[in-house]
Amino acid sequence: MENILSILVFFPAVAGLLGFVIDKNSIRTYAITVAAIEFFLSLWLWASFDTTSASMQFVEMIPLIPDMGISYYLGVDGISLFIIIMTTLMTLIGMTSMGEMKNIKNMMITLLFLEMTMIGVFVALDAIIFYLFWELSLVPMLYIVGAWGGPRRVYAAVKFFLYTFTGSLVMLVGMLFIAYFYHDLTGIWSFALTDWYALIVPVEYPIEIFDGYYKFNIDLQMWLFLAFFIGFAIKVPMFPFHTWIPYAHGQAPTIGSVILAAVLLKMGTYGFVRFSLPMFPDASVMAITPIAVLALIMVIYTAMIAYAQKDIKQVIAYSSVSHMGIIMLGLFAMNAEGLSGSVFQMLSHGIVSGALFMLVGMLYERRQTKMMSEFGGIAAVMPKFAIIFGIMLMASVGLPLTIGFVGEFLVLLGFYQVSPMMTILAGTSIILGAVYMLRVMKKTFFGPLDKEENKKLKDLNTRETWSLIPLVAIVIWLGVYPKPVLAPIDNTVKALLVFMDRKARTPEAREMIKTAKITMNKEEAK
Amino acid sequence: MLEPINVSLESLNLITLAPMLIAIAGGLIILIIDLLNGKLHKSLYVMLTILVLFIDFGSVLGLNVNERGFFDVMLVDGISIISQLMIIGGSMIFIPLALTSKRFHEYSYPEFFALFLFMIAGFQFMVATDNLILIFVGLETASLSLYTLIALHNRANSYEAAVKYFTMGALAAAFFAMGSAVVYALTGSVELYKVAEIMATRLNEAGLMIAIFGSSVLLLISFAFKLSLFPFHTWAPDVYEGASAPLAGYMSVVPKIAAFVVSMRIFGMYIDLGVEWVRWTLLILAVLTMTLANIMALVQDDVKRMLAYSSISHAGFIMAALALNTTEGNTSIFLYYALFMFTNLGAFAMLWISRHKKRRFNVLHDHPYEKFAGLIQIMPMGAVIMAIFMLSLAGVPPFSVFWGKIYVMKAAVNAGYVPLAIIMGLNSAIAAYYYLKLIVYMFLMDPVKSVDTVYYNISKPLLIVIGLATLATVSAIFYIQPLMSNLYYMVSISNY
Repeated sequence: MENILSILVFFPAVAGLLGFVIDKNSIRTYAITVAAIEFFLSLWLWASFDTTSASMQFVEMIPLIPDMGISYYLGVDGISLFIIIMTTLMTLIGMTSMGEMKNIKNMMITLLFLEMTMIGVFVALDAIIFYLFWELSLVPMLYIVGAWGGPRRVYAAVKFFLYTFTGSLVMLVGMLFIAYFYHDLTGIWSFALTDWYALIVPVEYPIEIFDGYYKFNIDLQMWLFLAFFIGFAIKVPMFPFHTWIPYAHGQAPTIGSVILAAVLLKMGTYGFVRFSLPMFPDASVMAITPIAVLALIMVIYTAMIAYAQKDIKQVIAYSSVSHMGIIMLGLFAMNAEGLSGSVFQMLSHGIVSGALFMLVGMLYERRQTKMMSEFGGIAAVMPKFAIIFGIMLMASVGLPLTIGFVGEFLVLLGFYQVSPMMTILAGTSIILGAVYMLRVMKKTFFGPLDKEENKKLKDLNTRETWSLIPLVAIVIWLGVYPKPVLAPIDNTVKALLVFMDRKARTPEAREMIKTAKITMNKEEAK
Repeated sequence: MLEPINVSLESLNLITLAPMLIAIAGGLIILIIDLLNGKLHKSLYVMLTILVLFIDFGSVLGLNVNERGFFDVMLVDGISIISQLMIIGGSMIFIPLALTSKRFHEYSYPEFFALFLFMIAGFQFMVATDNLILIFVGLETASLSLYTLIALHNRANSYEAAVKYFTMGALAAAFFAMGSAVVYALTGSVELYKVAEIMATRLNEAGLMIAIFGSSVLLLISFAFKLSLFPFHTWAPDVYEGASAPLAGYMSVVPKIAAFVVSMRIFGMYIDLGVEWVRWTLLILAVLTMTLANIMALVQDDVKRMLAYSSISHAGFIMAALALNTTEGNTSIFLYYALFMFTNLGAFAMLWISRHKKRRFNVLHDHPYEKFAGLIQIMPMGAVIMAIFMLSLAGVPPFSVFWGKIYVMKAAVNAGYVPLAIIMGLNSAIAAYYYLKLIVYMFLMDPVKSVDTVYYNISKPLLIVIGLATLATVSAIFYIQPLMSNLYYMVSISNY
């Protein structure tokens, strides 16, 4: 199946359209079946993926608008492969773990459309197609937050939409400029990423304004990097742009938070890997320090906010942002450990924070509150829940032998080569994480079971248990033996670094990425 | 004694006049039929109008490109053909909207349809000539018919709208006449290609710049009125509110295509002559128009007024493309309007189906946002379609207006105006807010219980038009390539 990517993208959409005619009571089973088929298709993609190769695979290309160089261009490499599998997995598990709700039909259909747009983002190799799916993914999420959310849902949904929309329009101008630049050099219009990769964006670009009255050089790479940065950083969300996320998580229904934390935020970090790093290596190297500072603020500041929260869901929301900071740090370590760790951390963050949001959602369904003070000692009445929550919490903190440890350790190891000082600061995130997470654990599960309502809480039912057990299994499996996933990622990441090294022009960048090469050579020597 | 004039019929090339004559003849036929039998149903007139437009469309398709005719007054170049096709096409989508299930005053008059055809002939004259006098005649024919069409909608605020539009239009016409008079005084010609030649030879004369300044300012004001550019846009929302919804949608597209073609001929000429400040004035006007109209649209309570301001803002986008004066920029004008036409007419048609003959939703507004609250529960399909139109207007891919927007922005980047492209992007982001507001009302709010469902006016022709508009909006990605390359070809062979 050479066109498996197209099938992966459009299967949920077609299924979503057909879903309109399905009865309200059967829609849930239908949607779960579709999501399961989609998940197995993505596993099949993994099985037929050549993990030794670092190039794009299953490439499909159909010219759509040749005059503008826009084509339907898809492909998958070691980085996007696992994010796709994570997407299909989290959609499937999110659907199965979901409790009863109003308008379930609309919800299921929306989720299927959302799945299409998410996979579309991760397989697109044409900038316009990427942008198309990127923008389209906002619409279903807007509806999910706005229709099923909490009391201030409309505000949260609109804020989410407008923030991301604004950022991505700046990114669109950046894309158009690159296309223009490419056309200027080659005479061909192209939005294909593989074409853009071949382009060396100059660090010094002459600009004339007012008919040549003023002439000066600008750092074109830096400006384009910034244009893309705004688009991606809002989505991640990086520190000064993060203000939409507490509202979005606070108001979103459980499934909304799960998808948002697990997949939508990854679009931002994925964008950095796919666009910023390979296209603007010099600017990326120059941006290491500012971005690392922002990431550190993100890690420490949001961890502190998380500690101050009274609402369990908000703690998890802020901890999720805090961990996104680690991912950002890894991306800009510019070496194999940091980048692979970062990509791996994207997966682990997706699974762990998704699972935590599901668990909080289950608690909320039982008690209609998420306040820590309302609980206490419920480990006695909900042992299964407490165990799974505990495992996920440990994984989130980064306990060795869980999935969280692998990514976090690699990122810190990678960034240590850039700046030991900053790495030590980032390392505090593990301690801070442990502090606020264990506080949640203590206040919710341990202590005296003194509230009357809590004594009657039911433990997880079969459906809930079985939707969480696969996640627990993955958390432990990849924590103990991450190689099957880490090896292909490592492959692709190394190719990416070699490629960046070849493209880098400024001495600083060459120096920086050279250290990456030395470590790589050392590894190969071993 | 006067010399007898010998003109051979072939040299007149009367075929260039045929499209306009067909429209005028059609209008006359409708009047005659009414004279013979006054009790005929409006559906007859609607269908006759469509048939006349159909023949008109065919006759435009049959024209040869880059020909002159009728004492070299008529000019059939690429842009005149594509703009005529768009004008006729837009009118063909509009006119079935008269066939509502409820009877409305204006559409029961056959004169409405006759005037409508005269108006189209006027627009066709405007775009198919570079003679300032004929442009003026076309402009006035079209405008006078349009004033009457607005006034036929028998509402107190329709008269207000018509009078307002008439006053503003008369002012614009006066400015146009004065501007052309200056041009004539300067060059002794009213034909733009001759004007350009004469001006080019005399550009370094000292007094000429002042005269150019005078003429272009007067013409600029005139077209700023017609295109509702800032600061001459204030009439537009009131007039749109007074006119019936489909007519408002029509006014936001078709007359503007004609006016843009004429401005392209006139201001393109000035910019080509190297009068750079015309370009900068146009750019500043364009940026102000898109930004301020966007901000005004944010605070509207009425969907129709919001759409009015939004279409002003879209006109600002196009004006910026015009100021670039590159082939790509000029192509984007047509591409944008071709795509915008379906979406905007569809959106106004959605307002139209919610229209009640007597009852207004509330004292102030006919289409406040509250009217659409919870539409997803009342009429799910309608809500989804309206949401698609709104997302398209906001520029969310893959819906049609996105491709227009990206093409305009690309043209701006290619012409070296990256900041302009960024301003356009940010404006789209502001605009997203008010389009989103309607979506929020439709999908996320509960219906206002005191009012029973608001959809009285549905009929098959309306559904067909809306279906067509939806199809064109959703499937844009598939037809954008042929559309774009044809438009580009037509614009480039007419040297714009």
